[in-house]
Amino acid sequence: MLTILFDGIAYGMLLFVLACGLAVTLGLMNFVNLAHGAFAMAGGYVTAVLMNRFGVPFLATLPLAFIIPAIIGLVLERTLYVRLYAQSHLDQVLFSIGLVFMAVAAVDYAMGSQQQLIQLPSWLQGRVEVLGIQVGLYRSFIIAVCSVLVVALQLILTQTRFGSRLRAAVDDPRVARGLGINVSAIFAVTFAVGSGLAGLGGALGAEILGLDPTFPLKFMIYFLIVVTVGGTTSITGPFVASLLLGIADVAGKYYLPGVGAFIIYTLMILVLVFRPQGLFARGR
Amino acid sequence: MMANASPSSLTVEKAAALLGRRARWRWAEVLFWVVAAATLFLWPERHLILNEIAIIGLFAVSLDLILGYAGIVSLGHAAFFGLGAYVAGLFAKHVTGDPLVGLAAAGLVAGILGFATSFLVLRGADLTRLMVTLGVALVLGELANQMSWLTGGADGLQGIMMGPVLGLFEFDIFGTVAYAYSLSVLFGLFVVARMIVNSPFGLSLRSIRDNPLRARGIGIPVNRRLVAIYTVAAVYAGIAGGLLAQTTQFVSLDVLAFHRSADVMLVLVIGGVGYLYGGLVGAVIFKVLQDVLSAMTPQYWQFWIGLILVLLVLAGRERMTDRILGLWRRLTGRSAKAVDATRASTPVPEVQP
Repeated sequence: MLTILFDGIAYGMLLFVLACGLAVTLGLMNFVNLAHGAFAMAGGYVTAVLMNRFGVPFLATLPLAFIIPAIIGLVLERTLYVRLYAQSHLDQVLFSIGLVFMAVAAVDYAMGSQQQLIQLPSWLQGRVEVLGIQVGLYRSFIIAVCSVLVVALQLILTQTRFGSRLRAAVDDPRVARGLGINVSAIFAVTFAVGSGLAGLGGALGAEILGLDPTFPLKFMIYFLIVVTVGGTTSITGPFVASLLLGIADVAGKYYLPGVGAFIIYTLMILVLVFRPQGLFARGR
Repeated sequence: MMANASPSSLTVEKAAALLGRRARWRWAEVLFWVVAAATLFLWPERHLILNEIAIIGLFAVSLDLILGYAGIVSLGHAAFFGLGAYVAGLFAKHVTGDPLVGLAAAGLVAGILGFATSFLVLRGADLTRLMVTLGVALVLGELANQMSWLTGGADGLQGIMMGPVLGLFEFDIFGTVAYAYSLSVLFGLFVVARMIVNSPFGLSLRSIRDNPLRARGIGIPVNRRLVAIYTVAAVYAGIAGGLLAQTTQFVSLDVLAFHRSADVMLVLVIGGVGYLYGGLVGAVIFKVLQDVLSAMTPQYWQFWIGLILVLLVLAGRERMTDRILGLWRRLTGRSAKAVDATRASTPVPEVQP
């Protein structure tokens, strides 16, 4: 029971790290980016390739799993995404689905369609018993890393100058621009960081979520659930939503394996019908 | 449509004349259908793929009804397609093998689901709609997967035996009867769709698409109209799915998959949104592309589809269709002004309260 809760929290934290970049993209520029999962996949593959081909230790690959997707994100944002902010949602959807298709096929071509396996270092394997609960070491590691990230993100958002500019831009881009805030620069940086975080999440999650070329499609819906259910006005909303989703998913798979993801999708529809702006959104 | 408002009879006459003009069949349209019918006799070795094209075309027309005319962005249109396919398959297996009855059942059940879920898409902006439509399709996919005693689960629904069409024409292995059947259904439904979009009802849908707030302001019952067109589109998609199940005599979970919804959107976008023929033209181009690309790179043809999609959006989808439409207008000799007035393609920004 508590083990499931623990696993669920680890899963939820992972989802949050994966999806928080998307929350900012959606909230800040109102851009529907279905290709977010592609950045996560990029991070996962960076780790997998570095570990399996070049024998780099797991921990050392993590910074690269952040930096490389961030750079890809920055480049794509400046060259392609930036042209689409003013376009209709339909165009954004089409564009990002196109990107997903390309990413899926390209990775398939370069790496093959099989699952990528990651050999965790031995000190992260196995389980220990803490206070009578079976606790997976790797999952504790994920929770620790993600907690640090969440706290750091929250501090950056609430305590720094950049954070207040970002929040201003999310709340009202036009007024923020009028006050002399360089909204597009903020967005480029945030997009890069969001992509990087997704990459990091992909690397951390390769062991738990699995990693193959269809990753962006498989988890697209989860990211979108986190963002739409959590709302895009703060990071606490998506955070709570990802925890709920993680716990519900793990518990659902354990207790009601026959029902599968059915409940989650139904719940999402219900939430969206009654709270179209998300569960935790402030009234606008 | 608002008789009690009693606008001057001149306005009514003008409106009626405009609608009449829009509803008139143009020679290029006639040509299109003549060519389609001719392929039935001239190109027998390609009937299987032509059948697929007809089905995807019908599916895309269905999406065009809600996307191109009512402005509802749906990422889960495969829900109705898949439901129709399963209903038609199960109906043939357990009730009767008569194709037309099965098709009606597929359309009916999909329509009921469309009506029920239409209330979900009324709320929220584009993103919420995207998620809700996607969610509905996922729920159905999950259901079909879990209820394997009924649907066959991952193995697919097998053993569908179809009776002859109208009691006369048995389905053959070359797909000739199948194609003739699909094409006739497509044509019949297309004519109905054409009547719908050229009716006052269709015009009111466009005004909702272009500006829901003002549409409400001039007295159009926005929600009722959206429910109606969403239901009609669901019926169309259900029938398209039913056609697929009947002519291939097999249904797999694939009919509810996300890529179906994405593909149909792509089909529609390639052909152009908002003039019904877009879905058909797109279906032809899409299938030919798929054929050529998958012959070139069997495993990675999706990459090129994705690239086309990205380039299409970057190059400006609307600009491209406008240019083609301009050419079309010059060919058909209609003044560009009259058409521009009826086809306002600029998206209206969301109204944020």
